[in-house]
Amino acid sequence: MLVSRSNASWKSEDRTSGQFPTGLRVLLVDDDNTCLKIVSSILKKCGYEVTQKSDAESALDLLRKNKNGYDIVISDVHMPDMDGFKLLEHIGLEMDLPVIMMSADDSKDVVLKGVTHGACDYLIKPISIEALKNIWQHVVRKKKQELKEKDFECSGISEDGEQQQISPENFDYSSSVNEVNYKNLKKRKDEEDDEEERDDTSALKKPRVVWSNDLHQQFVNAVHQLGIEKAVPKKILELMNVPGLTREKVASHLQKFRLYLRKASQHQSGRNNAFMGAPEASFGPMSLMNGRNRQPLTATGQIPSRSLATFQAAALSRPTATYVPIVDQRNIFRFETPKLTSEDDQQQLKNNVKQMNLFHGISSSMKPKQFATLHPFAQSSGDMNMEADYSAQMDQPQQMTQIFNDINGGNVSSFESSVGQPNFIKVIPSGVHGPTYNSLYQPSTPPGNSFPLLSNSGMSTLTSKGMLQEEVNSEMQQSRGFVSNYDVLGGLGKNTVQMVNSSLADNFLRIEGERQPDTGVQNNPFPRQLSEEDLFTAFFKQNSQNQSKMTLTLTDTSRTIFLSNKACMLQLSAFENMYIVAVTAEIDLSGS
Amino acid sequence: MEIVGQLQKQYVDFITSLFREAYLDDQYVQLQKLQDDSNPEFVVEVVSIFFEDSEKLLNDLASSLQQQVVDFKKVDGYVHQFKGSSSSVGAQRVKNACVDFKNFCEEKNLDGCLRFLNLVKQEFYLVKNKLETLLRLEQQILQAGGMVPPLE
Repeated sequence: MLVSRSNASWKSEDRTSGQFPTGLRVLLVDDDNTCLKIVSSILKKCGYEVTQKSDAESALDLLRKNKNGYDIVISDVHMPDMDGFKLLEHIGLEMDLPVIMMSADDSKDVVLKGVTHGACDYLIKPISIEALKNIWQHVVRKKKQELKEKDFECSGISEDGEQQQISPENFDYSSSVNEVNYKNLKKRKDEEDDEEERDDTSALKKPRVVWSNDLHQQFVNAVHQLGIEKAVPKKILELMNVPGLTREKVASHLQKFRLYLRKASQHQSGRNNAFMGAPEASFGPMSLMNGRNRQPLTATGQIPSRSLATFQAAALSRPTATYVPIVDQRNIFRFETPKLTSEDDQQQLKNNVKQMNLFHGISSSMKPKQFATLHPFAQSSGDMNMEADYSAQMDQPQQMTQIFNDINGGNVSSFESSVGQPNFIKVIPSGVHGPTYNSLYQPSTPPGNSFPLLSNSGMSTLTSKGMLQEEVNSEMQQSRGFVSNYDVLGGLGKNTVQMVNSSLADNFLRIEGERQPDTGVQNNPFPRQLSEEDLFTAFFKQNSQNQSKMTLTLTDTSRTIFLSNKACMLQLSAFENMYIVAVTAEIDLSGS
Repeated sequence: MEIVGQLQKQYVDFITSLFREAYLDDQYVQLQKLQDDSNPEFVVEVVSIFFEDSEKLLNDLASSLQQQVVDFKKVDGYVHQFKGSSSSVGAQRVKNACVDFKNFCEEKNLDGCLRFLNLVKQEFYLVKNKLETLLRLEQQILQAGGMVPPLE
């Protein structure tokens, strides 16, 4: 169907329909001349038209000058002047072309990063002819999506019109916000819009709006003003008050913006696309956005608001640089809040129901009433590779530590649980993103700095886009909110729980619970290693008045997570530069 | 024509040994497939670009490892690039050496890095030598009026 549809940008128009993919205009970007030549040659052999560029900047320039000149972009990941993922984002936001990433790096975290940044595909070098033969499908797919959106939008009007895109990812974990937006789009039957579209349909392909920094800033301001949940295209458009800007353009930009926010927030929290591919039914719903029945941190602790405020200040001071933090934070908490009821929490606690949020890719086999947790690092490995940009946007870890310490001071007592022996897992703020992962491995801070992760009574939810997301149910009646740092949290169970992590992570988390009388809590951030051969160990020790401890050991060599001992409920809050880990574990009532 | 026959046999034996000893891998075969009438010198061109870029890369690697304070991230970047280009031409042993080299970079192990720099250099010059011989044989066959036996 798409084939028959005229698309002026494809020269295939001039050929017979049987030669559909030929003439596809590809922009190839790679700093390595050898690969450039080889891939170019393969593309030409497939009948595509190739333009080569050895650096990202000139490629972007070319695309900006010639918006409709290309159908698809193929780009290397590691380039000296600009990271391939950044280029990918720019292209997605500005030109909205399908982008294929390629690299000699086949580590899953990087591949995942490609996916979360919106790449249509990720090819491992050396590239073969087979891999490139079918890239036209990505172009077709994207066009199809646009058409679908138009169908909704125009409700029967000719397909030509504003280009809109609903990325499938939006649907996966989109929460009510996106649904609302989408419904708005669907409902739109304004005459004005129709007319606008008709006016614009003179060209088969409408000129894309260039979202300049200023324009985008106006957009972001409008969104913030409205609040991310209430930010619907019509209102944004009104607030922006830019002549010539249509609601559709705002809508499509809003979708991308949301996607970008999510990704950035995920990166920050060290979680890659937690929403995708989460497998097993035994684990609770993974996405924060899905609105679990959990109590948001905001409700339980002071931390979130404080950190939010902190981040907000930081974030707003960098309007164009980062989309993420605050808005997403708000999102997270907002989503969570309405759904909580303490009654639910209580019940859940009483039932010893364990909830687990697993990050995608983790499959676990758990014994009944056992739960496991996280798997974290590995997944955040994608984040580890994040560019310095993200790191730069985050607040310094010290800040977080201070916040945590503050909270700690107030919250340290009483882990008493009515249930038995609660275990606390201490989370160490990581604040590290990207390649500096190893630096996370630091000697534990003095015991006084540790803070309990347990949240108050009922279920506390951690919403975080960090790698690990687990909900912690605390039997405690107190509310504690906090912190996070991710990586590994173990759930404690009566027996050893083995989880097989099928995610991209190469690390596995071994969690062993121990009971030891102890007073000290250690903050041990554990390093995240990207390389498969690296081993590392992290220990979390929990401090609780009941003196039960849980030790988490992370090793890198397998994909198994072992949980043992008691489970504890942890609640962690997500912060801009923290990995969020929420561990939900079943509390062993009988004691072990 | 006997000469052609001899040359062809020499060629086949030689290239078979290169595959057997992992100097080259399947990617090289892919390169050959990309060579055709519209692109008759494709393999020679690609391989020449590879040689040229690699020499430069090896120099950059050496100088980056000689710094007072070694920037391992930079070193890793160079090795990564070398890994990419060598795998693209099918230089398997070079690529494998790069993989191990990268591990030392990640561990920030200067000793290991220096050792592997030498190893990678060695493998590179070896495969360069072999490829030059191979391509020369091809030329000779063509000049003698014969056809280069296709790789299976």
